[in-house]
Parts: sequence; structure tokens; C-alpha cells
Amino acid sequence: MTELAPPFSTFFTARGWTLHPHQRDMLARADAAALLLVAPTGGGKTLAGFLPTLVELGPDPAPGLHTLYISPLKALAADIRRNLRRPAQEMGLNIRIEDRTGDTSYTQKRRQRADPPHILLTTPESLALLTSYEDAPRIFAGLQRVVIDEAHALAESKRGDQLMLALSRLETLCPGLRRVGLSATVEDPPALARFLAPHPAPCEILLADPGPDPDIAMLDVDAAPPWAGGGAAHAIPAVLDAVRAHKTTLIFHNTRAQAEIFFHNLWLANDDALPIGIHHGSLDRAQRERVEAAMQEGTLRAVVCTGSLDLGLDWGNVDLVIQIGAPKNVKRLVQRIGRANHRYNAPSKARLVPANRFEVIECRAALEAVRARDLDGAPRGPGPLDVLCQHILIRACSGPFDADALYSEVARAGPYADLSRATFDDCLAFCATGGYALRAYDKWRRLMQRPDGLWQLRDPRSAALIRMNIGTIQDADLVKVRLRRNRGGKPLGEVEEAFAASLSPGDTFLIGGQIVRYEGLREMVVEVSPDAARKPRLAVFGGTKFATSSQLSQRILTMLQQDSWPDLPGYSQDWLRLQREMSRLPEPGRLLIESFPHDGREHACVYGFAGRNAQQTLGLLLTKRMEDLGLDPLGFVATDYATLIWGLEPLTDATPLLDIASLRDGLDHWLMGNAVMKRSFRGAATIAGLITRNMPGNRKNGRQATMSSDILYDTLVKYDPDHLLLRITRDEAMRGLVDFARIEEMAERVAGRIDLLRLDRISPFAAPLLLEVGKVPIKGAAEERLLGKETTRLLAEAGLDAL
Amino acid sequence: MRSDPCLPERASDLLQFPRRPAKEHCMNGHAFTLAGTDLIALASGALYWPAQDVLCVSDLHLGKAARRGRLGQATLPPYETRDTLARLGAVLGHTAPRTVICLGDSFDDPEAARELSDPDAETLRALQNGRRWIWIEGNHDPGPLGPAGEHMPNLAIGALRFTHNATPQGSGEISGHYHPKATVRSKGRAMSRPAFLIDATRVILPAFGTYTGGLRCSDPVLARLMSPDAIAVLTGARALCLPMGRA
Repeated sequence: MTELAPPFSTFFTARGWTLHPHQRDMLARADAAALLLVAPTGGGKTLAGFLPTLVELGPDPAPGLHTLYISPLKALAADIRRNLRRPAQEMGLNIRIEDRTGDTSYTQKRRQRADPPHILLTTPESLALLTSYEDAPRIFAGLQRVVIDEAHALAESKRGDQLMLALSRLETLCPGLRRVGLSATVEDPPALARFLAPHPAPCEILLADPGPDPDIAMLDVDAAPPWAGGGAAHAIPAVLDAVRAHKTTLIFHNTRAQAEIFFHNLWLANDDALPIGIHHGSLDRAQRERVEAAMQEGTLRAVVCTGSLDLGLDWGNVDLVIQIGAPKNVKRLVQRIGRANHRYNAPSKARLVPANRFEVIECRAALEAVRARDLDGAPRGPGPLDVLCQHILIRACSGPFDADALYSEVARAGPYADLSRATFDDCLAFCATGGYALRAYDKWRRLMQRPDGLWQLRDPRSAALIRMNIGTIQDADLVKVRLRRNRGGKPLGEVEEAFAASLSPGDTFLIGGQIVRYEGLREMVVEVSPDAARKPRLAVFGGTKFATSSQLSQRILTMLQQDSWPDLPGYSQDWLRLQREMSRLPEPGRLLIESFPHDGREHACVYGFAGRNAQQTLGLLLTKRMEDLGLDPLGFVATDYATLIWGLEPLTDATPLLDIASLRDGLDHWLMGNAVMKRSFRGAATIAGLITRNMPGNRKNGRQATMSSDILYDTLVKYDPDHLLLRITRDEAMRGLVDFARIEEMAERVAGRIDLLRLDRISPFAAPLLLEVGKVPIKGAAEERLLGKETTRLLAEAGLDAL
Repeated sequence: MRSDPCLPERASDLLQFPRRPAKEHCMNGHAFTLAGTDLIALASGALYWPAQDVLCVSDLHLGKAARRGRLGQATLPPYETRDTLARLGAVLGHTAPRTVICLGDSFDDPEAARELSDPDAETLRALQNGRRWIWIEGNHDPGPLGPAGEHMPNLAIGALRFTHNATPQGSGEISGHYHPKATVRSKGRAMSRPAFLIDATRVILPAFGTYTGGLRCSDPVLARLMSPDAIAVLTGARALCLPMGRA
């Protein structure tokens, strides 16, 4: 076992600290070329990652970059800088530690390029930018180690793909580079190791002791939850009691809108005026930082939050985590639970609050999964090609390159290990000429091949534009919200542009826990004023909606097969029994569809258990097929477990409707016109560099007429349907908002075993669906009808209808 | 008799019959009167003047993809010229005007006009065949350009004046330049379409080109140019009109 030498040993002994076993192991295996540490939250991962660097650098290191630390959060990089500098100073180590993010000043950045610190703390985007400079080989000369923090989180997005490509580049620049990944508990460490590995070399895995089982249960709430919805207002008194009984509580929500509504209701009932704050990704940064600072000082008793607090700062005094709404995903639940009691080897305490009747069942299934340490997760798809296109452009910025060499370098990155040369060449062609079937403008190619075979930018000045648009985070469609004042009022946060566009003056909505009234849009900023209303008119302003994972859905289906459910509250047991009597309970290897008349309309309820996004897509595809079959569907609503469709004709034969080949066909043809597909396209086109968000000199201002990416999408679908960007868009439709992969998975699981039950009235399971929000009217002529009606009304109101 | 009275083979056929009041005009468009002249704002985004058999379009921005490529940016899908000309061809097929007036910014820049690909140039020649074709200058395409047709800074016919950019004092003025679009909000949804802006003294046409963005008609520049009782006519499947101030 590796022991620390002075000054480290003296420093630890003086404080009565001892190293955790996995921290020792990390020191012992400091020479590994690639190593993944999986440790529970609060296990001292970051120190484990840095110790080998501090030991290697010692008291008087030679100048030059030694270790690069990558974190998904700017704030985390800054925090680590502070937390690392102090002990380094106290141990008398003469080590320069600096961070470099989008917030770092221009002069500081220039100095860092000329004279890099020993330890540089940065983000994937700032690293990609550094590799784009011509002097990248000089900046990174001598680099020994890369530490990737929160690797599990980075692996879940395109930022991770971009980072792995950048690391492949660094491998070429700095042979012998060692990489270390730090991850919270994940379901499949070997998969994460493959993602991190410098292929074909493997990445070793070090599993830390997972620690004691958490103290996790349902929160005791007197009132039964409502049949539908996600507000959990019924639990407010019980949540306040729990907050009172603990030092600091984190109250997690699945969406920002739900967090806002809950926070608002919490304050209406907060008679003791307990200091409670709110924190989510749409709030203004200054406001978030105030909440974080108050948390660190221990002045807040609770924070209502979303995924924005899944990562980051260690708050040792959090002693309770409350999850409002079904957790949807066991892995994320476990990581959230770990936020309570950030002490190694102490059990975390967490309570679940189902927001509606179905979530009671889902929460129970999730509790069992946590106890069985049965984590879920979708396997990672291959590295996305839009990110590769951006990488090729970044590589071109740093100087001429050889296509063969770049291909082998790219294929060393985990996500791209299986990339074919043909696909790589398609991406290169896209970067060079646009890759269109019509070769109209090849002389204006972006990249050109020189006589010596190397590729370079045709116009070196275009490097500036490429550098300005580095990154894979899609926040382009957010607009700022601020209070209306004479000279720009207080910024409150951001809302999605589509939400902003739907606002009319006088509309009220919630942001940062207060109700505001929409006044107008000025220079792409939403101006609002405080409003005294007790109930906002609109509450949804975007943010991610998670779908229940496959594994958790399976657990629920299995649970439904039990003869009785003694672990569930009485009202849930009655509900399940009633469903079994009046209809049937859904089964794991079969697909239950109920068909029944209700309220003068015909209904069909499809219990696919495929998750919200896939059930939504299923609704779009099925209603389109029903329209073709003359069943006259009028609309549908989707939840994580079912899609309810209503229309004029009864469904009597479901088999042709659910034929997977026809559904796939619908995805390829009809669904291509859907707004969700256009949104995926916009993301891909921006990342791949077809659309530039930032232009030198001017930020997009309201006066400038900008063309919508929808036009480009429509044009490509019409004239160049096999274009690379449309291929990327279709690939993305398999996951994320369209989630067609889950529909395929459902079809495979069911394998034609479809039970269509004709009932004479609505079933106990289908009834709550009628109360769900987010009903989708069937499009087609609908939008034109809506437009016609609204314009006539407006004309009449303005007295212009006689014109 | 025509089979479909709403789609005359030649719009000028209408002139052979006693003219009905403009409002009842059944072409897919919004009929209105400007400076005593009856005009139709077509749902396609073109403006038709039945009495003179004139069709007017604005801001075609042909060759925009090529221009972006020349500037060192990624080339946009190079199909917009083909698409714009195809849509223009469809409108010409329906209306069969004797005269076409392009209100400027017909080309994204002078080089785009020179560089028109052979098939696109051929399509354009076919559209021009047998009719008078007038290119009004725009800020993107000042001065005479290569393609056939008459080039002029602006043009007056009767009480109407055709120009690229609206002037504050203009009257009977037909212009483009701003790419106006209007938004209708209903039940939490916002629907935006390119739109004509019309008041007693002027019409501002929407951009006809495929690769064109839009300027909200609530923008102060447009609000200053148009009178408070101006209307917006949405393009798309139907020419719907609404008060401009509400869009």
C-alpha cells in the first residue's frame, strides 16, 4: 500500500486526516495510462484525482503544464482552484493552479497560452478552443495527466464526445499522456471505461467501496396524491415539517416549471418564514450564485432545485434529500440521494414524494431498485457526427492536416472507435463543400486539399468564425428575462424563445419564485413587471422532461403482476384491483390496448410503458395512421406509461396499426415534418457549423432578419433527402425527444402479442390520463383553422372586419 | 367555362368579364385598394395588379448560398435559387402577367447575379419569355446586372410607385426590403408567417426568396413607417389578414 511522504503526510497527520482506501489506490496506480475511478458521492474523488499530480510536482516543480483538469461546470473549476490552492500553499508547494473558462479575462487567457500554469482547470469547450490554436503543440508540451471530473455526467451528452475527440488530439501532441476519469456510481462501469479509453488501449477501472445503504423511504403524507399532474401541492405541509426537522434539505424536482410552482406554493404555506431558496438552470447566474453562497454559509434551511444541483459543490450540512415526483431513473435518484450527508461512510437520507397516483407505484418500484442496487441507463450510441464535423473544423483551424492521420486519431476516441472511414469521409466532405448532391459551389469550399495532399482552410480568416462557435451546448433558443426599468432592470433568468414568442402582453408566469407580467420584447429581452396575481396564467417555460427508464418501467410491469401489493397505500391497492376487475393489468411481454366509448367520443389507450417521449411519438405516428384508416382521431395525450387517443370511430383491430415496419415508415416520411425533428436538425446544423450562432463584431440583434433553420431543413428534405445532416437528424430521433429506439424496443418486447380489449366504459387506469395536461390536437388543417379563427376575431375586435 | 372559378387559367381572363368588386375577388389573396388602384396580395407573397396585368415580387435573394460560401462560411444547401424560381414559376403559371416587377434584392449580391448556374439561368429565361421584366435596384444588387430585363432604380405607373425601400413621405408606394413577418398567438402557440403590410399610402411586400428571414412587424422601424390602422396579410396556404398592431 502506498504511503504518503512529507510534506503530504505531515499535512494530513496535522489535521487528523487519513486517506480513503481508493485514494491510496489511485496513488499506487498513478502510472496507469487510463484509469476510471467509480466512487459514491462524497467519497473524496477530486482529491483522489489530484493527489498523484501534487506528489509528482512536489515542492519545486519545473515550469510547464503538468495536469489538465476538465469539469462540466465552470463554477466547479473555480471552486476546485480555491480548494486546491489552500492546501498546496499550506504544504509549501510552489504549484501554479489556474482555471480557464468562458468567464476568464482575455489578458489572463493570453498569459496562460504564453506561460501555462502547472495545473489548468477548464471545461470541454475551453479545451477544444485551446486545441484550435496554431501553437497548441507548444501550449500542451510536457502535459502528463488529464483528470476528467464528473465523467458520468459528461458521458451523457455531446460535450463528452467533444472532450474525447480533444483528448485524442492531446494524445498525439503529448505521447505518454495519462488520463483519469472520476465518476459517481454508474450502472455499467465497463461501458464508461470504453468511452474514456484511448483505443485500442483499454481503460482500467477502480471501484471504491460503495458505502452503506441509504436511508430511503416514501415521505409520510396524510393526503393522498391527486390522480394526475406533477405539482405535489398535497405534500407541502409534510415537506415543511421535514424541512423543520432537518438542518438543510434539498428538494429535487424533475422540471424547472414544477420547481417554480412548488416553490411558489411552499412560500404561500411557509408561515414560519423558514429561509428557503430556489435554484435551477433557467435562473440568472447572479441569483443562482447567491443561493449557492447562502447554502455554503449554512443560512438556508432548504433549496428547491432541479438537475442544476445534481453536480458540483460539496455541501456537507445537507442532511435530507426530498425527491418530488417519480425519479424516472434509478441512477439519477441514487446520485441525488448522495447529495445528502457528504460524508464518506455515513448513510444518506432521502424521502420520495409521488406527485400523482401512478407515481406512487413508480416510486415504490424505484425504492426496490435502489435497495437492490439495480441501476439503469441506456447504452450510449456511437459518437454523433455533428460533433465530429465540428472537430474536423477545429483541427483545420490549428493548421493543415492529413486526412488519414486525422481518421486514425479520431478512431482512438472511445465514442468513435467503430467509425468507418466512409462515414469520416462524409463528414470531411461536409466540412469542405457542404457535401451536397448538387455540386454547385465547390470553388467556394471551406476546406481545400493542397498539392501535397494536406487539407487546410481555403480562407484562413474563417478560423475566427469557427472558434467563436465552438461547443455543443444548445442554448441558442433561450432569451433573457428582466424587470422593466428605465435603464434595464434586474435580470431574472431565461425562458425558451418559443415560450417568449407565445406570450401576449398581460400574460403572467412564474420565474425565480415570483409571478411576473409580460410587458414586451425589447432587443431580444423579455421585459416583465411584478404581478400581484395569486395564480400565474402560464407556468411552463421549457426545461428537460425526463422519460422513465426502460429498467424502471420493466420493474413496474413486473410489480403489477403480483397478487396483492401490501407495500402500497390502500388507495393504490384498490385502484390496481379495480383495474384488474374491470379490464386487465398491463404485462411485461404483451401490449395492452383498451378501446372504449367515453363522453360521446371513442377512445383507445395504448399501455406501451416506453417512456414519455416515445409514447408522445407513438401518439403522433398512431394518429396519423388512424387518420389514413378513416378512424378520425381528434387528439391524444401521452404519459410515461400510456398514450390515450380520442376520435370519432372505435378501434377494432390494432395489429396493423402497430406494425413496426409501418411505424418506421411513418418516422421516415411523415414525422420528418414534425417540429421536434426540426429542432434536432437545428442543433445538429449548429454544432456541425452550417449555422453560425456568433458572428464577429455583432451579436444577433432583434433588428437583423435571421433566416430560420426550419427553411434549411425543409429545403434539404425536399432536394437532398440523403444529406449527412438529415442522417444525423434521423439518428438523433432514435433517442432524446423522439426516442424511437424505445418504440422499437417495445415492439421487440411485445413481438405481436397485442391484447385489444373492448370495454363499455373508461377503465380505472385510463381515467387519470384524461386529466393530464399537454393534450395534442391533431395537426394538418388544425393550424390553418386556428389561424383563420384568431385573425377573424382580431379583425372584429379592432373593427376592421368590414374592410 | 373554367372548371375551378378560383383558379383562372389566365388572370387577365377576368378582365374580359364585368369586374366584380375587389373584395369578392376569388383569387387566393386579399383584395384591397391603394391610391385608387385595385390590387391583390396573393397568399404566395406576390402582389397582383389585375388592371395592368402586373405581378410584383420582392427580395428574391437568388444566390444566397453561394455568397455565404464565398465569405468563407459553410455553404447553405444550394437549392434556394431553384426553389425560389420554381415557386415564382408557379405564381406566373396561375396569373400569367404581361409584366413582372422584381422589387430589388433580387440577387444576394452582384456576383451572385453573374454566377447564376446554367440550369437556374435557363429557368429564369423561360420565366421571362414573352413578358416585360423589370429589375428594381436593391441594396444587395445596385446597378444594372447581367440577366436580361430592364434595370431601374424605381418605377412609377399611374398612381403607383415601385421602389425597393419605403420612403417616409411616399404615397401609392409599393416596396420590399424589410422582409416583414407577422405573428399570431393563440392558446400558447405562436405562428409566424411572412406578411404584407398595407395602409392607405403604401404596401410593403414580404420577401419571396426561399432563404430569407423576417422582421417582426412590431419592430419600431415598421411601426414608424406604417399608420396605426395598417393591416398585415399573412402568406401561406391562405391570405389571412389581421390588424398589424396586433400581430
